[in-house]
Amino acid sequence: MTVTGGHKPLRDLTEKALDKVRSLGASYGDIRIVEQREEAIEVKNGKVEGLSSESDYGFGIRVIADGAWGFASSLDVSPEEIERVAEMAVRIAKASASIEHEPVELAPVEPAEGKFAFGLKTDPFEVPVEDKIGILLDADRIMRETPDIGIAEGSMNFWRFDTVFASTEGSYIEQTKTESGAGIAATAIKEGEVQRRSYPGSFGGDFSASGYEFIEAMDLVAHAERVAKEARMLLDAPQCPSDVRTLILEGSMLALQVHESCGHPIELDRVFGTESAYAGTSFLTPEKLGNFRYGSDIVNIVADATCPGGLGSFFYDDEGVPAQRVRIIDEGMFVGYLTSRETAPRIGQDHSGGAMRADGWNRIPLIRMTNINLEPGDWTLDEMIKDTQKGLYGEMVGSWSIDDKRLNFQFATEIAWDIDGGSLGQVYKNPTYTGITYEFWGGCDAIADEDEWRLWGVPNCGKGQPGQTAHVGHGVAPSRFRNVRIGVMDEPPGEVESAEEEEGI
Amino acid sequence: MLGREKVLDIVRRAVEYSDADQTQAAVEIGESSLTRFANSMIHQNVSERNGGLAVKAIVGKRIGYAVTNKLDDDSIRAVVEKAVSFARNSGENPDFVSLPKPKPILEAETWDQRTADYSPEDRASAVGGLIDEGKARGASAAGLLNNAYAENAIVNSLGIEAYSADTVARMQTVMTAGDGFGYADRISRRIGDFDTVEAGIEAADRSVRAQNPDAIEPGEYDVILLPYATGDLLEYLSYLGFGALAVQEGRSFMKLGEKVVGDNITIWDDALDPRGIPVAFDPEGVPKQRVDLIVNGVANALVYDSLTAHKEGRESTGHSTGGLGTYGPMAANMFMQPGESSLDEMIAATKYGVLVTRFHYTNVIHPTQVLITGMTRDGTFLIENGRITKPLKNMRFTDSVLRILSNTDMISRDLVRQSCTVVPAIRAKGFRFSGTTEF
Repeated sequence: MTVTGGHKPLRDLTEKALDKVRSLGASYGDIRIVEQREEAIEVKNGKVEGLSSESDYGFGIRVIADGAWGFASSLDVSPEEIERVAEMAVRIAKASASIEHEPVELAPVEPAEGKFAFGLKTDPFEVPVEDKIGILLDADRIMRETPDIGIAEGSMNFWRFDTVFASTEGSYIEQTKTESGAGIAATAIKEGEVQRRSYPGSFGGDFSASGYEFIEAMDLVAHAERVAKEARMLLDAPQCPSDVRTLILEGSMLALQVHESCGHPIELDRVFGTESAYAGTSFLTPEKLGNFRYGSDIVNIVADATCPGGLGSFFYDDEGVPAQRVRIIDEGMFVGYLTSRETAPRIGQDHSGGAMRADGWNRIPLIRMTNINLEPGDWTLDEMIKDTQKGLYGEMVGSWSIDDKRLNFQFATEIAWDIDGGSLGQVYKNPTYTGITYEFWGGCDAIADEDEWRLWGVPNCGKGQPGQTAHVGHGVAPSRFRNVRIGVMDEPPGEVESAEEEEGI
Repeated sequence: MLGREKVLDIVRRAVEYSDADQTQAAVEIGESSLTRFANSMIHQNVSERNGGLAVKAIVGKRIGYAVTNKLDDDSIRAVVEKAVSFARNSGENPDFVSLPKPKPILEAETWDQRTADYSPEDRASAVGGLIDEGKARGASAAGLLNNAYAENAIVNSLGIEAYSADTVARMQTVMTAGDGFGYADRISRRIGDFDTVEAGIEAADRSVRAQNPDAIEPGEYDVILLPYATGDLLEYLSYLGFGALAVQEGRSFMKLGEKVVGDNITIWDDALDPRGIPVAFDPEGVPKQRVDLIVNGVANALVYDSLTAHKEGRESTGHSTGGLGTYGPMAANMFMQPGESSLDEMIAATKYGVLVTRFHYTNVIHPTQVLITGMTRDGTFLIENGRITKPLKNMRFTDSVLRILSNTDMISRDLVRQSCTVVPAIRAKGFRFSGTTEF
């Protein structure tokens, strides 16, 4: 981390913007200038389907005028356009204020100044694309050596974000962050049945605020054969039975469970209804803070924006609030929210927890997950399985769905193994499990220890209108849950018609 | 607005600067403004001016792709250079034959000046009117009102030159009255096509009727799906199976010539029909063609982009999804053939069933079965002996879209425009609810 006075031409532009909004009567203003670079590689069935580079640059000005918010943004980072956009932001705020409203009030924040960058060993943008493609094609070739693999695919993604934040309160913060991620997947297809296995996680693999060393450590090629063989094995596996059982989840699936059933309902803007027309609200209403049992007493969850390598890590959020570690679930009790400068005072807090992030220069910051981490317990996965008489062990995300207050969820894993008498046995296809959030976490009776704890990167968290995609993190270790309903609609009653007849759900 | 010639000039220059075997350049420049409200106040209100130039360069069978939103001449040269450099260093894609060749493009009704000019004050006034109607009914309003315009141009080195100027307006609202919720949305190329206040009244009235919901047990029920929900079902058919790549890779339910849903189901894609959201050409500059996807329940035809079409020795139907198109072509202007019933007649004909306003957070469990799960939301009601008798708590469903459309026995005669579909309300027998929630 280094501290400087800022890049002079950009600083001139930010000062121009802030002077302009002040002169137009804004009581608060900030400007973010963001440059984003992305490189993506997609390989499928021996072909390089995608090799792409994307660069994106612009600025956004956010103001409060007459007690209401306005925001305007543009791709043209020039003094003339900054003047126009500043005027538009204030005009929009005054339009917001033209209908009945409660004046926006912000929790105080100490103005900050400095330049901050996350460290990395190997800059992924300096690694030749041929080397990256070579790894993916090698893994792809090995996967296709297994019969019935209809789709073998692999991908790598790299991002760099350079952000300048300046506010009328005196902050001027420059931040740089680089992220890397990769994954492979094999889809076995035979007679209408389609089954997929992935590594190291599904839907693009795993991601980290790290350099190319993160990709090298994955060793994608070494896992290709196993992934393909497991996908093929699933074609002939029996359907996951419908039952109520003990369920053990592997890390990447548990990361999604934390994301959907804890990360989203603790977003305080959702709680106050500002996402109610789209993503929904939350069952974790303010009167539950400090006196609602969310999970069993071994469940401890923190929102930690300071984790090394976390996609949800930063030095300052997009309101200029420093990164923090906030307790969310303490020995099973619900004790904290993800907050912003606007929402924190509404639950009696004197400062923001620092969770406001924007998806680029053309979006306003919203409350987003940082790294929502389940703290490790004192088990191992092996001990958990040996300690389970009748259960199911599920690995990697198949699909996900949860209601708009984040209570009723239904998730699918890619694969599951029967646990019988403390050992893994029969493999099942199409495993699903469902529950009510607090009942599910209330049944958590074992969490693996820090040796099996891993921070997963999720680069596709959607929220807001216009839509925003956040990159967030979830640190988890495999965990066990009692009395979980598995195998939803295994054998639905009634006459089966059309395509289901031959495929048999 | 820059206007046709200035926008085309950007992509013409990009193609001219390229020394690749074939080059395609596509640019989009525009503004989008969105007023968002919740708790009957405007809480987010944003506007953006953005653009993007995407260059696809082909060297042999190697493809490079680069995008920038910097549109000065140096940046145009730089993005072309990057795309060509990537093409030279990429691996081969043996499926690639050629970029598409030019074909005549028909006019589509895509522009409305009032929508382009709609101001922050106009949006605040319309939203204020909607909020007032909610308050008058005891309901709190949330939602959005959005207007946008964009200029698009596509040029490729084989002679395609396409330009369009498009507008779009949309609104969406969820009204909350106590523990009752109600929903409405509208979308059009022309903001004058819908009445924001009238949509607010629809949602507010529904929220008032939805208060004090009861729970029913999961199981099979006859359901009436409002068009908001029917649209979701068609989007999954498109996402999972109407595209040629899905069939070529063996992950689609579409077996051409085979019956896949009920005889009374006919679905087509027609981007030129002004009842939808008209589009003249796809992101490769290929004119949009009507494709009759399912005719009387039988899988009839697929949509193609140039890559999937050339693989089969045919021509694109104009359904590229842009970019590198790695997910394949998609149908995004779908119509479902109307039936003969009114919504009231469908309710009157239902002895015991559930009326669903919309779905929430639907997701795929099994692609070839089009087996999906999701929740109901914002207005779920019990129907008993031909009448809506009480509101219901939301329920989870887990069912196959193919099965639902095989069990559909009533279809409304009115079609409603959604973002990707123009669809009726339907009644389906034996719809599978798999769980319940607490509200």
